[in-house]
Amino acid sequence: MKLTDHEQAMLDGAEGPAIQQAMSLLTRYGKALGAERLVETNNVCGGSVGSLPNRRNVVSSDDDMEAIFSLMNLDSDVPLEIPRVKTMAYKLIEAGDPDYYDQQRVSERTQKLVKKNADFCDRIGIQRCNTCTPYQVGNVPTYGEHLAWMESSAIVFANSIIGARGNVEGAQSAAAAMLTARIPYWGLHIPENRYGTHLIEVECEVESMMHWGLLGYYVGEVVQEESPVVNGLQHHPSLRKAKHFGAAAATSGGVEMYHLVGMTPEAPSLERALGDKAPEETIHFGKAEMRKAYENLNCATDPEVDFIMLGCPHASIEQVQIVAKLLEGKKLSPNTELWMFTPKALKQHADRMGYSEIIEKAGAYLMSDSCPALSRVSPEGVKVAATDSCKQAHYLPATLGFDTWFGSVEDCVNAAITGRWQGELT
Amino acid sequence: MSDEQQDVIVLRGRGVVEGVAEGEAFVTSQTLSGFGGIDPMTGTVTERRHEKVGQSFAGKVLVFRGAKGSSGWASNFQTARLAGAGPLAVIFNELTTKMALGAVVMRVPAVTDLDQNPLEVIQDGDWVKVDGNEGVVEIRRPASA
Repeated sequence: MKLTDHEQAMLDGAEGPAIQQAMSLLTRYGKALGAERLVETNNVCGGSVGSLPNRRNVVSSDDDMEAIFSLMNLDSDVPLEIPRVKTMAYKLIEAGDPDYYDQQRVSERTQKLVKKNADFCDRIGIQRCNTCTPYQVGNVPTYGEHLAWMESSAIVFANSIIGARGNVEGAQSAAAAMLTARIPYWGLHIPENRYGTHLIEVECEVESMMHWGLLGYYVGEVVQEESPVVNGLQHHPSLRKAKHFGAAAATSGGVEMYHLVGMTPEAPSLERALGDKAPEETIHFGKAEMRKAYENLNCATDPEVDFIMLGCPHASIEQVQIVAKLLEGKKLSPNTELWMFTPKALKQHADRMGYSEIIEKAGAYLMSDSCPALSRVSPEGVKVAATDSCKQAHYLPATLGFDTWFGSVEDCVNAAITGRWQGELT
Repeated sequence: MSDEQQDVIVLRGRGVVEGVAEGEAFVTSQTLSGFGGIDPMTGTVTERRHEKVGQSFAGKVLVFRGAKGSSGWASNFQTARLAGAGPLAVIFNELTTKMALGAVVMRVPAVTDLDQNPLEVIQDGDWVKVDGNEGVVEIRRPASA
């Protein structure tokens, strides 16, 4: 891989051992990819992952955040002195929401680790957004901007809806990018790799958030890590629908870029989206395919629901508004809990608008900073969960062992009120 | 087993991570999720509809289609390494950033772009030597009658 003089100097240790390790990691990673060079970036989403479950199990001591960052984020066995980051840097999900530690049953050890992690992030200059949707709270990339983002649901949104350029990064490559302002110039950073490869002909109405999620879940499973071009859509997706479509496609498969013909910036026409080439494959999506995705996601059999999770990826303010409206004047069943997740900044907005009060009066919670599947937080004794997110429905059985129903937001709120799942594909 | 009693197959491709290791093959034609797809403390596949659900690749040569899902892929496989539950080596078909970074932080020999599809050639239980320096894979199994 070709390095500039500055990059070579970083690799040689001119800027200290942490930056040297970061550049070493990037060059090994670039070589593994077959990248020819690095590209400059000033927009990194990742963070310090040492407080998350699993990672907690393999760190030898909670005391030294630099040592934990060195190991988990820079893959260094030796603790390094971590300097301030060089780029704009944004932290993703944390291990819990400090305003709801009791409800989330977050251990004292984890609470301390979160606090230490926060101090560490502040010291080195990582914005503690603590959300999987940085584009909702102050980090909207621009068209063509080179990104180094973790979070598969965020990068697919940035690539496809905005036209920014990046691949799905991991905790180590994102940390290395923060310290060096570089990332391998590979994959979706390169314009000719951004064309669609598979054509999806939609032959049924895709309108609700549930429809968009199911379309994404089906398409991701079929195309895996390739780039689908979706044709035949009748309705333009809003933020929440695009967010759910991409998150689902990046869960059942590894979709990092998609095109919606006539709707997304690099798909003014079908031909342009495909780069004037024939698609490798054409896939039809009709009612039968939507039904199949719906049935694949619904693994539960017991209609007695204990736990309803909304806001994966973290809810937009429109989603919070919808749920507040559905819950207004209602009470949750004594047998269920409903947790909704939104970024902390949007929670403040929801407070201002009175949505938080409506939600909490009904007996539900509007939480931030965390996520049941990733932070492993949930109410006690849950056996059966329900969610309006394909992504969360996919991960909950594997991460928390819950039998999980998937359905519309209305089905989910209804289950929270009645205690029974009565969802249907409509 | 001596060579006389074995079939030996050699595949050539591109080394992704340097080093040489050998062991028993764990083969899946499906992609694997890191986060929500494996238990990194044991190397067991946990994804509900995965063909290998309940089985562990710990201490084996992981032969698979590639990485999918969450960007926590590399972190989960790094954690598996730290927990002593990682694979000995990896052979994969589809190159993505998740896969490349994951291979780097697993710190085991890794090979891709092989001249025959490893998912068709290699079977569970085959003895496989992975040379990440040269990009060569050597497969040994008891000679067929």
